[in-house]
Amino acid sequence: MATTTRLASVADLDALRKRLSKARDPKAVSISICAGTGCRAHGSMELFEEFRRQLAELGIKDVDVRATGCHGFCERGPLVVIFPKKIFYHGVKVKHVSEIIEKTIKKGEVVETLLYKDPVSGELDLVEDEVPFYAKQQRIVFRNNGKIDPTSIEDYIAVGGYAALGKALTKMKPAEIISEVKKAGLRGRGGAGFPTGVKWELCHKQPSDEKYIICNGDEGDPGAFMDRSIMEGDPHAVLEGMTIGAFAIGAGKGFIYVRAEYPLAVSNLACALEQSRELGLLGENILGSGFDFDINIVRGAGAFVCGEETALMASVEGREGRPRPRPPFPVVSGLWGKPTNINNVETWVNVPPIVEKGSKWYASLGTKKSKGTKVFSLVGKVKNTGLIEVQMGTTLREIVYEIGGGILKDKELKAVQTGGPSGGCIPTHLIDVPVDFEELAKAGSIMGSGGLIVMDEDTCMVDVARYFVEFLEEESCGKCTPCREGVRRMREILTRICDGEGRRGDIELLEELATAIKEASLCGLGSTAPNPVLTTLNYFRDEYKAHIYDKRCPAKVCKALIIYRVVAEKCTGCQRCVRACPVNAISGPRSQPHNLDQKKCIKCGACWEVCRFDAIAGDAIYVE
Amino acid sequence: MGSDKLTLNIDGRKCKGVPGQTILEVAREYGIKIPTLCYHEALTPTGSCRVCVVEVTMGRRTRTMASCVTPIEEGMKVITDSKQLRSVRRMVVALLEARCADLEVIKEAAKEVGLRKNPFPKETEDCFLCGMCVRACQEIVGVGAIGFAHRGPESEVIPPFSVESSICIGCGTCATICPARTFTLEKVFRRRSMHTTGGKRDIFRCTVCENHYTGT
Repeated sequence: MATTTRLASVADLDALRKRLSKARDPKAVSISICAGTGCRAHGSMELFEEFRRQLAELGIKDVDVRATGCHGFCERGPLVVIFPKKIFYHGVKVKHVSEIIEKTIKKGEVVETLLYKDPVSGELDLVEDEVPFYAKQQRIVFRNNGKIDPTSIEDYIAVGGYAALGKALTKMKPAEIISEVKKAGLRGRGGAGFPTGVKWELCHKQPSDEKYIICNGDEGDPGAFMDRSIMEGDPHAVLEGMTIGAFAIGAGKGFIYVRAEYPLAVSNLACALEQSRELGLLGENILGSGFDFDINIVRGAGAFVCGEETALMASVEGREGRPRPRPPFPVVSGLWGKPTNINNVETWVNVPPIVEKGSKWYASLGTKKSKGTKVFSLVGKVKNTGLIEVQMGTTLREIVYEIGGGILKDKELKAVQTGGPSGGCIPTHLIDVPVDFEELAKAGSIMGSGGLIVMDEDTCMVDVARYFVEFLEEESCGKCTPCREGVRRMREILTRICDGEGRRGDIELLEELATAIKEASLCGLGSTAPNPVLTTLNYFRDEYKAHIYDKRCPAKVCKALIIYRVVAEKCTGCQRCVRACPVNAISGPRSQPHNLDQKKCIKCGACWEVCRFDAIAGDAIYVE
Repeated sequence: MGSDKLTLNIDGRKCKGVPGQTILEVAREYGIKIPTLCYHEALTPTGSCRVCVVEVTMGRRTRTMASCVTPIEEGMKVITDSKQLRSVRRMVVALLEARCADLEVIKEAAKEVGLRKNPFPKETEDCFLCGMCVRACQEIVGVGAIGFAHRGPESEVIPPFSVESSICIGCGTCATICPARTFTLEKVFRRRSMHTTGGKRDIFRCTVCENHYTGT
């Protein structure tokens, strides 16, 4: 697609941008179709083809159809936004295409059935920004997602892309850039929140003939897709941030470590690299500044632990992905023993806006110690699941109830799990905690890379802890004793509690074990592995006690601790449960109370779900 | 060697060491005992068993760190024995003992850290994954015939793909260094080398490439 020759200077870049924006009338009608992984799974690419085909058939040539990065509202996909009015359609199917073209594109009318209906007010929201899911958000990292075609560098340049790079290379000295990033208060978005500018400075000051930078895209938390959507939807922003960082630090080579399970991210990044090299935005003498820099993609094989920086570097070097002790820190001795600066995808993408708009603007956003915005993947028992970006300091309540639209089926909120598997569960009474690094740590959890899992009253916290610990056991690299052996023992104890075989002293043993793992583990994976256990023990100790001492699962989740029985007074004998039971445990003639054979029952809960008369009550019982 | 010595405080004693030395090395020079399981003077420390953890204070920050891999720094304050440390060490050894209940070296360590009752069900694995054999084969012999495979609790030391190694020279260094006596020479020769007999072999060093090889 790119036919332009190498850009030899910033003036060349500006001229290209002018030419590109001139060709794009901001008032022209265009169709933006979400082509993030979620919407693709719902068939958005077929939608894209159908729009193109029908428009071509009708001979409409002045309407741009664009397959963009993730819009965020994955719950309602596939999403279609009609510019310039930003009319927002959700759940669009191929059959709707002709109607949209007929009404909206040709006549400027709205297809009401595809508009988003506000579940609270019942009103129809016409424009994307009015939809409550988007209204509360502030998009810096996702500035271009939904607006540009990720496979087109022209799109990126037209919306102002690479302007920050031009500014950094020609108008700023490396030390100035570092100082701007420091003043902006940007902190690492990978989870630990280390000040990015300080890290850059440390690496910048290292005497070495060769330095490297790495973009950590090894996102492995269950239910997290922030970095994935950025790399898929705006790959050039990642490259631009990295190039600015490399210039500031003095690195000549960069690596993007991305999971092989993210094929779209890999191909979009590879495409972006190709285009940047062609235009001279990567390679030798970038924009005539004399600065040389290039980036390679390294595909990770999917080990969660490779998100840990020393394990990641070992993996890039071609060795087994196991962490090593720090110090020495990567900024001193990283890849092949050279100073190496590692930042998360989201961190890098924050860099261009800081350089372009200045540290003052960035530092005005967020809280005292956590600046800017944070991307979260909002999942679990919440109405609007998807990808959100909010200012630091937004409360969990705002996220769950205003952006997320509340809990599914309007049930009670029980806890919000933040920070991925090694994060913690924040209970309902702390729901007004503002989201920033310090506040979440105070609540016993971590920011992590930005997973937010909403849990409702039907969630058993012991079972949740068991689930995360099981994940961490599988992902432990096996190098150090506490993580390899300790996490496994934690899982054994938790499983036994869920199975109704918890013993007196198990809670204390869990606590002692958790402390040892936290203190003695080699890397971050191990030292945060006990978090799910510690926070649930802290906030939901009663639930553990109910499991161990009363042999009861209050949330009715742990199968060993619940029993299904037919309440004879309420049963009308409709036989729905008889038909639903997969093991024929329920019997009885029509119109008479049914029998449930406990010996046959596998506690699948199918009867409970189909019963219309509350006659089957899943209720925990006392064993002794 | 750097002539500038660093001063640090270990258990209230003023100690001196040279840059690059680890806390464990300096502590041993001063006769301060820290238990270890995966440490060997001849090998690069990896800090994997975590029995040698100590409390390190630098500035305002106190952290639990493995003494075998933490380099000393000027003004460092180290505590090698405290209630918390004893409890952590006991737990670490308990975890190892639960994995390898029959190993003498672990039984001794259990005695050393004062572990009386093990809260976990016992297994009788014969390797506690200290990795000395892997490091020795790589660093001393220069061959690297064995390595870690799999992840987490399933980790084990094997030649690549569990296939008889074609580069193993049958020197038996792994067997000699193994603190658990897991690798006996018979096992090495049977399972891990290209040789199927337990016969004695001489090792030579190539004068050109400096690699070792065996001859009869």
